Amino acid sequence: MNYLYHLYIEFLAKHGIPQFWGDITFYIIPLSIIFCALLVIVLALVLAERKLLGFFTQRKGPNRVGLWGILQTIADAFKLLCKENITPKGVNVFLFNLAPALIFVPVMVVLGLIPYSAEFTFMDFRTNILIYVVFAGFPLLCILLGGWASNNKYSLIGAIRNTAQVLAYELPIAFTVLSIIALSSSMNLREITLAQSSSAGIFGWFWVPCILGLIIMFISMLAELNRCPFDLPEAESELICGYNTEYSGMRFAMFYLSEYGMLFANALFIAILFFGGYLSPFGKYLSPMIFPETVGGIMIYFEQVCWLLLKSFLIIFVVIWVRATLPRMASFDLLKFSWTVLLPISIFNFLLMVIIKYTGGIYA
Amino acid sequence: MTELKLNLGPQHPSTHGVLRLILELEGEKILSCEPDIGYLHRGMEKMAEKLSYIQYLPTVDRIDYLAGFFYSELFCRTVEKALEIELSDRVRAIRVMMLELNRIASHLLWTGAFLMDLGAVSPFFYAFREREMILKYFEKITGQRMMNNYFVFGGVRRDVFDLDDVDEFLKILTPKLKDYENLITENPIFLQRTKGKGVLEPELALNNSITGPNLRASGVGIDFRKNDSLYCGFYHEPVVLKGKDAWARYKARIEEMRMSGCIVRQALEYLRKDEPLKQKLVNPLKMRLPAGEFLSEIEAPRGLARCYIKSIGEDKPYRLKWRTGSYYAVNLLKKLLKGAYLNDAIAIAGSLDIILPEVDK
Repeated sequence: MNYLYHLYIEFLAKHGIPQFWGDITFYIIPLSIIFCALLVIVLALVLAERKLLGFFTQRKGPNRVGLWGILQTIADAFKLLCKENITPKGVNVFLFNLAPALIFVPVMVVLGLIPYSAEFTFMDFRTNILIYVVFAGFPLLCILLGGWASNNKYSLIGAIRNTAQVLAYELPIAFTVLSIIALSSSMNLREITLAQSSSAGIFGWFWVPCILGLIIMFISMLAELNRCPFDLPEAESELICGYNTEYSGMRFAMFYLSEYGMLFANALFIAILFFGGYLSPFGKYLSPMIFPETVGGIMIYFEQVCWLLLKSFLIIFVVIWVRATLPRMASFDLLKFSWTVLLPISIFNFLLMVIIKYTGGIYA
Repeated sequence: MTELKLNLGPQHPSTHGVLRLILELEGEKILSCEPDIGYLHRGMEKMAEKLSYIQYLPTVDRIDYLAGFFYSELFCRTVEKALEIELSDRVRAIRVMMLELNRIASHLLWTGAFLMDLGAVSPFFYAFREREMILKYFEKITGQRMMNNYFVFGGVRRDVFDLDDVDEFLKILTPKLKDYENLITENPIFLQRTKGKGVLEPELALNNSITGPNLRASGVGIDFRKNDSLYCGFYHEPVVLKGKDAWARYKARIEEMRMSGCIVRQALEYLRKDEPLKQKLVNPLKMRLPAGEFLSEIEAPRGLARCYIKSIGEDKPYRLKWRTGSYYAVNLLKKLLKGAYLNDAIAIAGSLDIILPEVDK
């Protein structure tokens, strides 16, 4: 990031533009990088999910548009763009349109907080884990807004369910994050990543001491993202499409894409907290061995990005696998499960992490 | 808290057709439920009065498109009863085999659809994969996948062949059913969604004329195949479970598929003897039913089905009436859904195996 920043300032200085303008305009660059990467990744994720679901259910999945169905999601997105945006009677038009516009904001923010490699964090605050947790819960507001403004009973029930669900699962997440903060003594995601590098390789990562936390985090992530088996807010066999029943065309696509964007962000988050973020699983990076010395230094950063993406895609694979296997939970059991099972365990896990921290060892 | 009136259907993804449920909700709790039917009414009964028996026969499959053979058989049986036609053993074996294969196909589809209602995607495709084998065989024998129109008055349209296909299906049926059970039966979420949900007391079931697997899952061992002359000579044991809830109804259907597989195996053994097909077909153009009232019944996948024909000696029925299992199950929803939660409502309605063309006729 600093590297990119200095390059930009140098470039401007060459053309005689003062540094002041560079400081202001610099953030457009990382933002547009995120946005382009996000679009590509979300489209790839949708395709991957459909292909994998096809694989799990012994079908072929999309295989007509482009080679191996690779253009299918692009065609779908284009189709949604061309479709009519229907605004039903009796809706609050302003809020109805506001909800899908707002829902992309938290996705962009949380993706900016992620350290993709040692030198590549767009917003590197000292407490960016806190900001992440706050913004990860933000889509709830948009969903509530959309569900309420739709003037549809199914949407309303979906939105209410979503609210109850996210509120119930935020607390276990908070306690798990707290236990990671205790382990690494830091609230910065990059420092948390570095705290996991040790001589023990993959066993030095936090998933070993905090395996309970990992399980809680994974389950709560599914609930926050409305993924199966917690997809109650949009349970199609009960609520037709839940909170986005009345949305069509591009407004529906915004909900849909942001869901996958959030899935990607959450997978990155788990990869950072428990699986050593951009660290190489072999203890040392491979690129200095492969590339000559002159580019090897820069290639390390790209390698780190690749490791992080690989880890997050493995997590996403598990999420899709779960979707193909499990039926949906009932809404009251879901809340009970969080308050009576997950929350006590996560508090216990937090205490356990504090004890591990103070007894020493490689995780301290 | 204010009450919310929710219109579940008629174009709702999980009402299996066009059932409309008018629900009054308090939060997600159902205060009352009023089923509204008739969106798929095709006048099956009135139509019979205008068509001759052989003209009406192909439409009969459409009463329950998932179990067409049963209604075909039922109609043929009623006419045969009126004309006093005895079926030869080979015809009986063919009919039993087709009926039981059809029952397995119907239950397989239900298993998939029920799990789909509960939000699991994969079992639907697994069930369809197995059902496909049955449909392929039907297509080979009858030329149709679903509306087979294969049984005729006094026999079947043609003899069966390629019995190895059925053998192959029976071979995979048992391991595949085990696969489903591994995936579903003891799944904690599935148990949570179905155990103790939609408890159907035997008295309530009997008072509401519930029959079929729904009744047998409530612990009442009534199976009309027991006294059926068609099934005479085939070993068959009714599947009776004590659970009374949605889970028991699921389990009953899985066990029933095993039982049907067993019956098909017996029929297959008989058919392998390679006897010539002997049947006394009636000339449909000259066919007249003697004046009188005729009633016959069969155990269809969704409960007891009855066909009543009143004839005044013409080439078409004077009046025809169908009794189907799902119709009574829909009526039961009123009582079962009261006090349940919205997502249980889907599980309960799904577990009763309601199919709307059968209700509306």
